Amino acid sequence: MKRDAKDRAAFTRRALLIGTAQFGIFGAIAGRLYNLQVAKHGKYALLAEQNSISERLEAPLRGLITDRFGTVLAGNQQHWRALFMQALAPDPQAVLDNFYRLVPLPDDEKARIAAELAHRPGYIPVLLKDYLDWPDMAVLEVNTPDLPGVVVEVGASRSYPFGPGLAHAVGYVARPNQREAAADPVLSLPGMRIGRTGVEAAQDTVLRGVPGFVQMETNVHGQVVRQLAHDPGTQGQEVTLALDAGLQALAVQGLKDQTGAVVMLDAITGEILAMASSPSFDPSLFDKGVPQATWNAWMADPGHPLQNKAVAGLFAPGSTFKPTVALAAMKAGTLTAETILTCPGFFKLGDHVFWCDNHMAHGSITVTTALQVSCDVFFYQVALGVGIDRIAEMATLMGLGTDLGVDLPNAETGLVPTLDWARQHGIHWVEGSTVVQGIGQGYTQLTPLALATMIARVATGSAVGPHITRRIAGTLQIGSTPGDWPVLDVDPAHLAVVRQGLFEVVNTPAGTAYANRLDLPNVQMAGKTGTAQVHDNTAAEKRQGFNDLTMAWAARPNALFVAFAPYDNPRYAVAVVIEHGNYGGVAAAPIAHTLMTHALTHDPAGRDVPLGGGGA
Amino acid sequence: MMMDSERLAPQRPFRDRSFGLMSKLLRVNWLFVLCVCLLAGVGYTALYSAAGGAPRPYADSQLFRFIGALALMLGIAMVDIRQIAKISWPAYALGILLLLVVMKFGHTGLGAKRWMSVGGMDIQPSELMKLFLTLGLAAYFRRATQERLNEALFLLPAVAAILLPVGLILKEPNLGTAVITAMIGATVMLGAGVRWWKFAVLLGVMLVAAPLLYHHLHDYQRARIITFLNPGSDPLGAGYNIIQSKIALGSGGLTGQGYLHGTQNQLNFLPEKQTDFVFTIIAEEFGFLGSVAVLVLLFSIIAMALYTAISCGHVYGRLVALGVAANFFLYCFVNLSMVMGLIPVGGVPLPLISYGGSALTAVMLGFGVLMSVHVHRDVEFASEEF
Repeated sequence: MKRDAKDRAAFTRRALLIGTAQFGIFGAIAGRLYNLQVAKHGKYALLAEQNSISERLEAPLRGLITDRFGTVLAGNQQHWRALFMQALAPDPQAVLDNFYRLVPLPDDEKARIAAELAHRPGYIPVLLKDYLDWPDMAVLEVNTPDLPGVVVEVGASRSYPFGPGLAHAVGYVARPNQREAAADPVLSLPGMRIGRTGVEAAQDTVLRGVPGFVQMETNVHGQVVRQLAHDPGTQGQEVTLALDAGLQALAVQGLKDQTGAVVMLDAITGEILAMASSPSFDPSLFDKGVPQATWNAWMADPGHPLQNKAVAGLFAPGSTFKPTVALAAMKAGTLTAETILTCPGFFKLGDHVFWCDNHMAHGSITVTTALQVSCDVFFYQVALGVGIDRIAEMATLMGLGTDLGVDLPNAETGLVPTLDWARQHGIHWVEGSTVVQGIGQGYTQLTPLALATMIARVATGSAVGPHITRRIAGTLQIGSTPGDWPVLDVDPAHLAVVRQGLFEVVNTPAGTAYANRLDLPNVQMAGKTGTAQVHDNTAAEKRQGFNDLTMAWAARPNALFVAFAPYDNPRYAVAVVIEHGNYGGVAAAPIAHTLMTHALTHDPAGRDVPLGGGGA
Repeated sequence: MMMDSERLAPQRPFRDRSFGLMSKLLRVNWLFVLCVCLLAGVGYTALYSAAGGAPRPYADSQLFRFIGALALMLGIAMVDIRQIAKISWPAYALGILLLLVVMKFGHTGLGAKRWMSVGGMDIQPSELMKLFLTLGLAAYFRRATQERLNEALFLLPAVAAILLPVGLILKEPNLGTAVITAMIGATVMLGAGVRWWKFAVLLGVMLVAAPLLYHHLHDYQRARIITFLNPGSDPLGAGYNIIQSKIALGSGGLTGQGYLHGTQNQLNFLPEKQTDFVFTIIAEEFGFLGSVAVLVLLFSIIAMALYTAISCGHVYGRLVALGVAANFFLYCFVNLSMVMGLIPVGGVPLPLISYGGSALTAVMLGFGVLMSVHVHRDVEFASEEF
């Protein structure tokens, strides 16, 4: 018992000692609190006033789009914009009201802002106004105290130095819509744009980049005191196109105010060296929002300025289809290089008469001459002999009426009819339909890109596919190197016969494009003209003496020309379509002549540095 | 001292081993229970403010947890302390087992494996371990004579019993709880009568071992220590919490910025303010006076626990009460020092006030045992009983 009491006293002593120590420590904590809270209150109250660190995401710079020599085709331009960080405003609605009073906005913009504020997480600011002008900037600066959470920052907008000239190939960007922003939160960042057409759309994910962030110190009123950290994010990857801006400019100049399209290919690799479509539009308008009047004008324009006619315009190929018909017949054995057919100026099938162009009689000729003078009657007979399905089969081989897999959006496949197709569409196929198929009229509808592909395949005998992207972030894409494409499944001898005919078209006085032969020593172009009717003159019109030149513009024939050069070692292929341009040899071939001359003297194909551009 | 303890000892100790429920309830320290409830009320107030002036998501759910934990505490208080003493070592073994289980299967939170789910409730075995270690050590030292306490061979198992859970908790890794567990063990041994100088030796060994230990720390643990030494060097890095927390305290002043008007709290500059940094809300909105009032409440809990220890007639109860008091004190000390930037940030909540169920349950479980000691302070342990 005594020992127990002694132990207990010892424990009590120790417990009290421990308790005293603990009390002392609590006292020290209270002392420290006094020091912080009362003695240094002034210092910390000031810090609290200043101290607010907020973070927001920042849109990355979009990747550049350049031509093959590095000329910028789509770049980024700085401008000012006002953003709103909701989390920094004690009363967001009051701040918005103040902002609207200072910088009036249309009601639909206010509705957008309200909708975005309701759905955004705090680290994603909401765009109040893009493209601030100086008066806006000044009024916002002066009224900063009334606008907590409003941040004015530098943003980047897309700029297109070549404007309408490259609007179709390069495309344009626009603000993502609500649905897109909801699907990918990064797209809801102010300044983020989404590619709508052209390369901007085809390579959108490559061009987009990774967002950065800004860390700001703001005071209790939501005003930014200073920027603490800034990670600009990662700019989107650079996309280098196969285009040559020089060739492109010539193509645009060649089209001038005519309606039509031009496509130039590297015949060995299928790279698109130039792609122009006319009329065009200003692609930079979409970044800011297209004015209603401009939009209405575009919609009313019969030339459909927004459409990229090079990949989406469908045209009857006319006589440019004849090489394909010839190849089909030679493959089927119904035609050889020596076969002679007679053209009396017309072709009678039953009681229907098909005329040769201008009712001219070409006499007894071979296929090369038929191509040279573009004899229709010769090809009426050839088409009848080989049949519609075998023509379509060859057309597919040549890249006509088939999906070419081009790396551009909205590309049309076109159509080369078959008997199956006719059955499926309830069309009663008659022999007369096959006859006109021989000269590329009737149901056949093709894009300029397909025609360029066809002539490139004729020229090189390899199954090249057209494509516009040459490099992504510097890496050469597959298809841009000679040898990337398989050999065409067509007898080289047959191709040689056709090439001979196309040579004569341009380089012999009787050829339909003799006026457009090259003025270069030892280099020849080979090609084929086309004049495709879009309107059958009625008997009444004929009596009034209407001809192609006097009839209404929309009823005139389309002018086409396809060509390759050099004849003996093909490298460049071109297709030109001028809507309602009448004669291919007159309206279309000169543009090809200009492009070929430039290409052959500057030789952009297979190179990444321009001639004399320091690369040598 | 002698006189004091004589006076505190009851004149007629209960010899009856099973006195009635009613008399047990009457023997509960209701002032203690009141203080616990007041602290829970402070917690509700702070959590209501942390949510920007709303009972959700923190305040209401914490209140429900507290009510459940209070019932648990009173329930345990009714259990005979001798029954609890019997299961001391099984409880210790269970604690070690849980630590091993969490190490193998537990899920990771904030970079450490500490949590495990039992029937939908997250528990931290390391929190329970602190109580179970206290029970185990109290049972071990219950019949130790002064002679035995001087034998190194007798002390060795106790030291091992402390170091085993400490090592496991360090491995989780949870530096803060590991240190607290070691200090609780040391406090119980001190209460059992182990000589002061032995602790001095232990402290010396630890000082020597510290650099070695530092070598084995995780990168984030080292970062905390380095940041603690110079928090201003990297205002947006690891020192951010400390700076923000100090600014919150300092901006409170003598009387505070007013309830629901603390700018640091309401503008969300403090991460995890509803858990580890809950004290800053009180300090910012109620000022120095409010903070001191909370400190007084917290210390009154410790003082009453120590009173229970001193007034207890049996060694087991004394040591358990001392351990529970030490646990609660260390919780408060580590959390408050951390908030004020006195020690490195350690992920230790402020008991009864911070949001979270695991620490609350563990603390109330300890209080239940403490109350059981208080209720059964005069029972006699038969020497053969244990």
